[in-house]
Amino acid sequence: MSRISTGLLVGLMLAFAPVAARAQQKAADPAVIAKGEYLARAGDCIACHTAREGKTFAGGLPMKTPFGTLYTSNITPDPQTGIGTWTSDQFYRMMHNGRFPDGGLVYPAMPFASYTQVTREDSDAIYAYLRTVSPVRQLNKPHELTFPFNNRSLILGWRTLFFREGEFKPDPGKSAEWNRGAYLVEGLGHCGMCHTPINALGGSSQSQAFEGGLIPMQNWYAPSLTSNKETGLGDWTIEEIVDYLRKGVSAKGAVYGPMAEVVYNSLQYLNDDDVRAMAVYLKGLAQRGSPEKPSTPLPSAESSLLLSFGKPIYDRECASCHGATGQGMPPDYPPLAGNQSIQMVSAVNPIRMVLNGGYPPGTSGNPMPHGMPPFAQKLSDDEVAAVVTYIRTAWGNRGEPVSARQANELRAATLN
Amino acid sequence: MAARVLACAPCHGAEGEGTSDVYFPRLAGKPAGYLYNQLIAFRDGRRKYPPMNYLLEFQTDDYLKKIAEYFASLRPAFPPPVPPVDSKEILARGEAIVKNGDPQHGIPPCSACHGPALGGMEPGIPGLLGLRAAYISGQLGGWRYGTRTALAPDCMQVVAGLLTEDDVKAVAAYLSSRPAPADPSFAPRGSLPMPLECGSEPH
Repeated sequence: MSRISTGLLVGLMLAFAPVAARAQQKAADPAVIAKGEYLARAGDCIACHTAREGKTFAGGLPMKTPFGTLYTSNITPDPQTGIGTWTSDQFYRMMHNGRFPDGGLVYPAMPFASYTQVTREDSDAIYAYLRTVSPVRQLNKPHELTFPFNNRSLILGWRTLFFREGEFKPDPGKSAEWNRGAYLVEGLGHCGMCHTPINALGGSSQSQAFEGGLIPMQNWYAPSLTSNKETGLGDWTIEEIVDYLRKGVSAKGAVYGPMAEVVYNSLQYLNDDDVRAMAVYLKGLAQRGSPEKPSTPLPSAESSLLLSFGKPIYDRECASCHGATGQGMPPDYPPLAGNQSIQMVSAVNPIRMVLNGGYPPGTSGNPMPHGMPPFAQKLSDDEVAAVVTYIRTAWGNRGEPVSARQANELRAATLN
Repeated sequence: MAARVLACAPCHGAEGEGTSDVYFPRLAGKPAGYLYNQLIAFRDGRRKYPPMNYLLEFQTDDYLKKIAEYFASLRPAFPPPVPPVDSKEILARGEAIVKNGDPQHGIPPCSACHGPALGGMEPGIPGLLGLRAAYISGQLGGWRYGTRTALAPDCMQVVAGLLTEDDVKAVAAYLSSRPAPADPSFAPRGSLPMPLECGSEPH
């Protein structure tokens, strides 16, 4: 039988087959399953849908939000407790429109506001892959939301304000690479969930897309991804962005905080072309407004005192790795001079790095990372403020001083 | 490796010898299997201590194994044991539990699993000498209250649950008063009777 007539026959069979049967037909194709597995990595499904030491994709991970604790759901193909009875249509509706098969509204902790951009073909591939993972019988835990947020109909209001349904539309004026990057960053990557400021209603503010924001509950600041020179990726080369995303370390800086999870579970598995495409897209993001300026800088007497107090601490505790002039020894010891992460308006990240230290994720490109020690047990609030003020203002850095009170408040930040 | 694990140094010492903080243990010379089990337990949240859970969260099994082997291979000198501040009666009670257990309450002797010389057994049972009283009682408390757990069956949770507060104090006082051997000598794998089933050291 020729290829054309085989195609015709399959086409005819498909035309008459019911939807579920069509899904099964696709699930049998190993290439589609492999593609689905790859895309599930790109979407980082595992990070939320697997509890610590839990069964893969069986859910049950607590997600603390300002509105209460949500528990992620079982997305294994178990028919009773997972999504084993879902059709590919129903799966697409969840991804694309944030609705359960019965029409119920999904809490937007599930990033359907980003996943709505995923194409039907890619959604079907992820569906096909998820049907092949081991089914786990594990009931979903009920959410623990405070009044009034336990009323699901409130999601309707959230959707009106923040949800725009629609698949990704390529920009014909841009390269295929840029469009692929945009599709991954805006869609499956759901980067905007953290890197776009989140307002009091728990929505992402689209007018400030990718301009950075504080991640609620976790107390880490997700930096701007725009091309702004002071705060964004303006000075990063494509190669440096690619290294950062895939290996977790680069000549400009290392991955830490919640981004370590993203690189560990998701980005290190993407192929070079896709990560490069994401880098090309990110590098082209323009900052729409001018970066936020701090409203209440410290009195100058206090900040000059902190600065003179900070240098000896830096020389004693930090210089052996980060260098006498903050030049670092990249990629293992990141530079601090000219490092956006240090100079950002929000001082949360540099203060927390000094308090808590941290390891970049172990990746195939950097399997044995160098770690930064925690100093919370060694330095007082005044010393933390002094050394952070020093690194934010020395060597041409243009950050603002920080106070001992800011350092003290972050001692209580959730670690893990 | 030393450069890669500098993050451990402020609390555990540059060679894993411990620091002046009595709650942070020495790592050097412990069995690699034991250290590896602890690193995995911290990474996966089975043993809870947020600063450790945070640091290890995104490291691979392979790397944690290398870190464990590195600290297991180090032999920095032990500090001299601190002269005991507790009464002779308390130390005697501790010694009795360590050597003979408390059969009346179903408590096995520490030496049954940790060895007559308390040097531990390969691959997963640590030695008990060269640790400070605050750390030992902190760990026994952690097992009693569930912040420290090990692979099931969690034998130490059973043992710690049988001890009274006074027993914990006595055991910690006695163990910390004993000098540590210059060279930690683990008993060979499977050479000790082990009265309890233990998930960290399967038979």
